[in-house]
Amino acid sequence: MKKVMMGNHALSYGAMLSRSQVIAAYPITPQTQVVELLSEMCADGSLDAKFIKVESEHSAMAACIGSSVAGARSFTATSAQGLALMHEMLHWASGGRHPIVMGNINRSMAPGWSIWTDQNDSLSERDTGWMQYYCASNQEVLDTVIQAFKVSEALMIPGMVILDAFALSHTYEVVDVPDQAAVDAYLPPFKPEIRLTPTDPRAFGGLTGSEHYMELRYKLQKDMEKAPALIEETGREFEQAFGRNLGLIDAYRCDDADFVFVTSGTAGFTARAAVDELRQSGVKAGNLRIKVFRPFPFAKVREVLGKVKRAAVVDRNCSYGAHGIFYQEVKSALYGQAGAPPVFGYIAGLGGRDITVDSFKEVAAHARAKDRADEEIVWIGVKK
Amino acid sequence: MRPKKANKIVFKSAEEMPLMICSVGHQTHNLTGAWRNIRPEIDRANCVQCGICWKFCPEPSIDVVDGWPVVDYDYCKGCGICAEECPQKCIVMVEERK
Repeated sequence: MKKVMMGNHALSYGAMLSRSQVIAAYPITPQTQVVELLSEMCADGSLDAKFIKVESEHSAMAACIGSSVAGARSFTATSAQGLALMHEMLHWASGGRHPIVMGNINRSMAPGWSIWTDQNDSLSERDTGWMQYYCASNQEVLDTVIQAFKVSEALMIPGMVILDAFALSHTYEVVDVPDQAAVDAYLPPFKPEIRLTPTDPRAFGGLTGSEHYMELRYKLQKDMEKAPALIEETGREFEQAFGRNLGLIDAYRCDDADFVFVTSGTAGFTARAAVDELRQSGVKAGNLRIKVFRPFPFAKVREVLGKVKRAAVVDRNCSYGAHGIFYQEVKSALYGQAGAPPVFGYIAGLGGRDITVDSFKEVAAHARAKDRADEEIVWIGVKK
Repeated sequence: MRPKKANKIVFKSAEEMPLMICSVGHQTHNLTGAWRNIRPEIDRANCVQCGICWKFCPEPSIDVVDGWPVVDYDYCKGCGICAEECPQKCIVMVEERK
């Protein structure tokens, strides 16, 4: 059934259709409507879940860890400062192998106090052992929540479904809401092998000496390495069931392109419009939108960028003292690869400043005038 | 009473380890009672066997044997919650002499 809904409600519907059993969350702009709608669903009985009110995001994640270890499918959502407050618990969730799914609305970190989008909040959690999916439409948000539960529960690794503040969170789009029965067939109930239960009492998360800790982390990385193939496979299954593919990347007009933008989130759809305009003026442009950032899709990025003449990474984030973060990752994927193109790094759209078609044209004009990337960062749209 | 002679489990390979660290014997092996500076002592003359100390012990290091609370000094860290909560005030915290 098609509905018009905001990105935040696409997260709520994704969590509802996934039959989340426990939702623990603390409100923060621009995430609030996600859990408002879920609390209404719990209240009116359309979702059979326990809604736990908590006093902070740290507690929200702690509650989800508790419910997940007890075998309940658990969901939460947050944003920016709230995600940062969860930081310690994010490690507990991934290290304890609890397959929680969380929505994160990309909001710039304060100060300056901001509610508008950029990616530094979620990218600061890059190394916590969570999978990260950056979405570009409300449909993709809803679909990805369902897929994320499937992938997370198969690998026992938590997943973060990420969308831009306001550009998606508060923007209304037509969303095809899948039938519950079809979702149930795609996503069976969560049945972990080991769980906290009075009939088989166990202690979880105990002291781990140097004779075991490294093996735990080795297993986490090994399972993370299985994720790219599993995301592709579950994405194809999703397409068979619902007609929409969910992959690691979204390559737009890249097959014959010699100049490719590398993007993520909603800027990835704006880039498509820029590609179309550049094509009309004779530039063989393409756009590689990286949807899954963790695990990083090394093979796909090499496959697409290995045959182009130039790549321009547009980052809505900055690792201060280094580069744009996607820029670093793309360069690292291409390092030492035969025929790798020069990769140019741009930073745009911090603190919710718009990234427009013109921003991408400026990027294209800059990159296409050069043979090599001799600047660490090129700023787009900054008032110098 | 819980088993006393728990052995610490040491896995030989990542393969045989569980995904998450759970019930692998670390907590029974590590006799945390050695950390204690004050020890709870229960005066049975005033104890009414209400079980409140057993309920409140966070470790849990109080067992109930034939109706009586018995402190497991191998693991009791001496936090004093049992003494604080006892309605009969029949648990006193006594300084350890090491």
